[in-house]
Amino acid sequence: MTDHASFIHRLCLDRLTLERGQRRLFCDLTETLSAGEAMALTGANGAGKTSLLRAIAGFLTPASGQVRFEGPGGELEAETARAEGLHLLAHQDGLKTSRTAGEELDFWARWLGGTGQLETAVETFNLRPLLELEVRKLSAGQRRRLALARLLAAPRPLWLLDEPMAPLDTAMRRKLGEVMQAHLADGGMILAAVHDPLPFPTRALHVGAPA
Amino acid sequence: MSAQGGPIAALFRREMSLAFGRGGGPLLACGFYAGVAVLLPLAEGPDPARLASVATGAAFATLALASLLSLERLFERDYEDGALDLLSLGTPGLTVVAAVKCLAQWLATGAPLAVAAPLVAIALGAAPNLAPLIFVASLLAGLGFSFIGGIGAALSLGTRRGGVLVAVIVLPLFTPLVVFGAGAVDAFANGLDWAPALALLGAYCLGACALAPFAMSAACRNAMS
Repeated sequence: MTDHASFIHRLCLDRLTLERGQRRLFCDLTETLSAGEAMALTGANGAGKTSLLRAIAGFLTPASGQVRFEGPGGELEAETARAEGLHLLAHQDGLKTSRTAGEELDFWARWLGGTGQLETAVETFNLRPLLELEVRKLSAGQRRRLALARLLAAPRPLWLLDEPMAPLDTAMRRKLGEVMQAHLADGGMILAAVHDPLPFPTRALHVGAPA
Repeated sequence: MSAQGGPIAALFRREMSLAFGRGGGPLLACGFYAGVAVLLPLAEGPDPARLASVATGAAFATLALASLLSLERLFERDYEDGALDLLSLGTPGLTVVAAVKCLAQWLATGAPLAVAAPLVAIALGAAPNLAPLIFVASLLAGLGFSFIGGIGAALSLGTRRGGVLVAVIVLPLFTPLVVFGAGAVDAFANGLDWAPALALLGAYCLGACALAPFAMSAACRNAMS
């Protein structure tokens, strides 16, 4: 296993303000997430959880403030950090329905960093029986497992997860909890938008109007 | 899961397999092309001399339109299902994604059309000795069509009626390809020097290949935000 902290060991949000259209989602959000930490992102529907994840991934430009990535040798260039150090798991999983689960996993593992951990990922999420199936034939939970397998197949330090547990069954939720804890133990970082608490201790970040 | 290669090779394989599924892939473009070749003599009348005089021009104009058919979907599906987001998180970056997509589009639809082009031109009455030049010129033009068309496809992301927008953006930029491509073949048919027109066609295509990926990547980023 790689030691993730040797690449990115801190994510800093500096007085971040996000707007969608004319609407201000939140302003002056300042927060840091360090190696080995998980943060649960909470907030009402439409409060800006997904937008915050997309801003960290570089898809949304903040109205003001900035997102910074720090490594052991000081601040990292945001473009490099995003291209090599960040996983995004969103509702739209980018899986092509006409291709088989195996083809899709193999492609994404290669695209995001290599196939060294591919077998581990397949075993962990119990995907072996699904690899030959077309993605269109998978259930929502099976599809989510396939999307999650990318996180393990191509090891990267920072995981941005948008409601990762939603379609999973009880056993898989427990499994994902273990996987996330193992990632943190390796020096990884997790920022997860959730409605139910994660099955291990996390820091909490509430976005939007105070609850 | 035994396939070899790095990220770019993997992307290329994925794009080829998707290009063949995208909107019918090469069959749709070639079918459209054949349809025009069949309808043109019916509309123009059966006079062989008249058909022969428009054969190469019609072949190239139809080539441009046929290559428009599947362009609209070049980025759209990846944009809608979130794959474009994830593609931008890979080490090679969106510029490489755009270039690989256009290259795969060219091989999957441009190359089959380039094979069909001489056949259509000859069927319409062009001299058979023009066939090699028509093939080369349409292969080159196809490369330009897919890279320039990619700009239109990327710019129209997230709009309704994207196909109309692609056509409006892209067709003016297609004109030099049609002019030089048909011009080279015409010059050869009339015993004139055809090399300059073919060279200009090649230069335009290379320029498009070099610059278009940056434009596509910027347009995709804009659509993603």
